[in-house]
Amino acid sequence: MSTVVEKLREYLDRAEAEQIRQLDQLVAATGLPVYRDPKTGALIWVDVRELRLRFQLSVNRIAKFVEGLSQERLYYTVCRRCGAKYFPPQADCPRCKSSDMEWREASREGELVTWTVINVKPASFAHNKDYVVGIVKMPDGFNVTAWIDADPSTLRPGMRLRLFVGKRPGENYITYWFRPV
Amino acid sequence: MRRVAIVGVGVSKFGYRPDVSLPELAWEAVKEALDDARLDAKDVEAYVVGNVGGWSSEPLPAVVVGEYCGLAPSSGIRVEAACASGSSAVRTAYHMVASGEADIVMAMGVEKMNESPTPTVVEFIGRAGNYFWEFENFGLTFPGYYALHATAYMNKYGATEADLCEVAVKNHYYGSLNPKAQFQKPITVEECLKSKYVAWPLKLYDSSPITDGSAAVILAGEEVAKKITDTPVWIKAIGAANGTSNLSKREDFAGLEAARLAAQRAYRRAGIDPSEPVKHLDVAEVHDCFTIAEIMAYEDLGFAKRGEGYKLAREKQTYIGGVIPVNLSGGLKAKGHPIGATGVAMIAELTRQLRQEVERGRQAPIRKGMALAHNVGGTGHYAFVTVLSL
Ligand SMILES: [Zn+2]
Repeated sequence: MSTVVEKLREYLDRAEAEQIRQLDQLVAATGLPVYRDPKTGALIWVDVRELRLRFQLSVNRIAKFVEGLSQERLYYTVCRRCGAKYFPPQADCPRCKSSDMEWREASREGELVTWTVINVKPASFAHNKDYVVGIVKMPDGFNVTAWIDADPSTLRPGMRLRLFVGKRPGENYITYWFRPV
Repeated sequence: MRRVAIVGVGVSKFGYRPDVSLPELAWEAVKEALDDARLDAKDVEAYVVGNVGGWSSEPLPAVVVGEYCGLAPSSGIRVEAACASGSSAVRTAYHMVASGEADIVMAMGVEKMNESPTPTVVEFIGRAGNYFWEFENFGLTFPGYYALHATAYMNKYGATEADLCEVAVKNHYYGSLNPKAQFQKPITVEECLKSKYVAWPLKLYDSSPITDGSAAVILAGEEVAKKITDTPVWIKAIGAANGTSNLSKREDFAGLEAARLAAQRAYRRAGIDPSEPVKHLDVAEVHDCFTIAEIMAYEDLGFAKRGEGYKLAREKQTYIGGVIPVNLSGGLKAKGHPIGATGVAMIAELTRQLRQEVERGRQAPIRKGMALAHNVGGTGHYAFVTVLSL
């Protein structure tokens, strides 16, 4: 079973394979990675140096959030000194400058505030069908942005949605999403 | 702080520009601005470049442009405020002149978005929110962020997709009269409604395009400005504010709080009555990266009451002859949106509007001598409101 990372790599490689083949042919035939733009006739040098980016993000100080995901729970933080609530969880409270935070589990139900359907997808999501992203107001005092697993035509502002934490179908890594109650 | 005037402006042709490299593109605007002010590159004491990049090959655009345009060894920096990088360049240049550090400073913006394929550009702009919490897991896109606002606005006030399309129709109309605009053809509401969804409820024709382009303005202190030109256009006030990076942290999705704050700050400094700013203004350029953004701008700027911005569009009140003409350049929607250049291009356009030297059919009547630029970075992440006066 291929993981999300392999799947995405295969998808991107497939999308770029033809271009790379053409670039190689161009260099072999003319000795230069140069062609005329078909739309404008402008002379284009195709960069022969490819830059692939994959960042290493520290989640060290919000390890409890990551741990929570593996237990199918969504955690937020509350400042023990001033009571400020943070989702996404913050390890530091800028309001009172304390870093003494309590981790609490978010409620399982919220109300839909707004949503969209992503029709034109970024390269790294292009292997997905159109997906619904919404912002959901939680009774805990913050909003959560996540996918909504529902027919978008059935969505209404204020409707009750249930939070799920688990492996996203098809991608096999743990994240969180909502479904109508 | 001393008074600061705009003494020269230049804008490149916007659009798909594979015919030029990034510094060559910058030169088009830089040369036009220098010619306009009858100055040479060596007269410019410092320069500030708005550029977001990532999609283009040069990581140090200020350095590359500085060499190519003969601006080095004057001090140059690049600034970033997402789609409002251009306004942040103007603001930084303004401070350099107002403080007395320099007499002549250039603010410019340049962007070559077409050095990367479209999906890569979509990816880069989609990452322009709060990366981990909005993109990594949920793949939001730039139209997606504004679509979240559009859904909320339409549900709250009853605006329709046809109302949004009215903005596109107006901006394409004025774009067709601006030879430097990316799109040169008027469109109809029906064509707009038939275009494909990019992020429901926003369609292709609700969206600004991917654009290569540059713009430059030359700022000068009062004494020098009066020697350079008989028609200095003064920077009367700049208001700026920021919003949360996570959209989920916003209280309200029917407007952009940062833009409201930036407007309040600019109005206070400019002596504009915030309850009726249109009384003071001849023309405005507002940030219409998507049609919904222009409608929210009407309200955030106080051109319309809360919940009534779409009526200005529906009743065609932002054409010449209406309550206030907006985006006579074609706006981001039709003129194009080369991210880092957009804010500078707005200032260049308004300067030419106030000097009454734009093309026939899109020149606003200038009676009050004041104009406003509203430039938003990201989705209300940054906001700049700049007031110009004769
Ligand atoms: Zn606190």
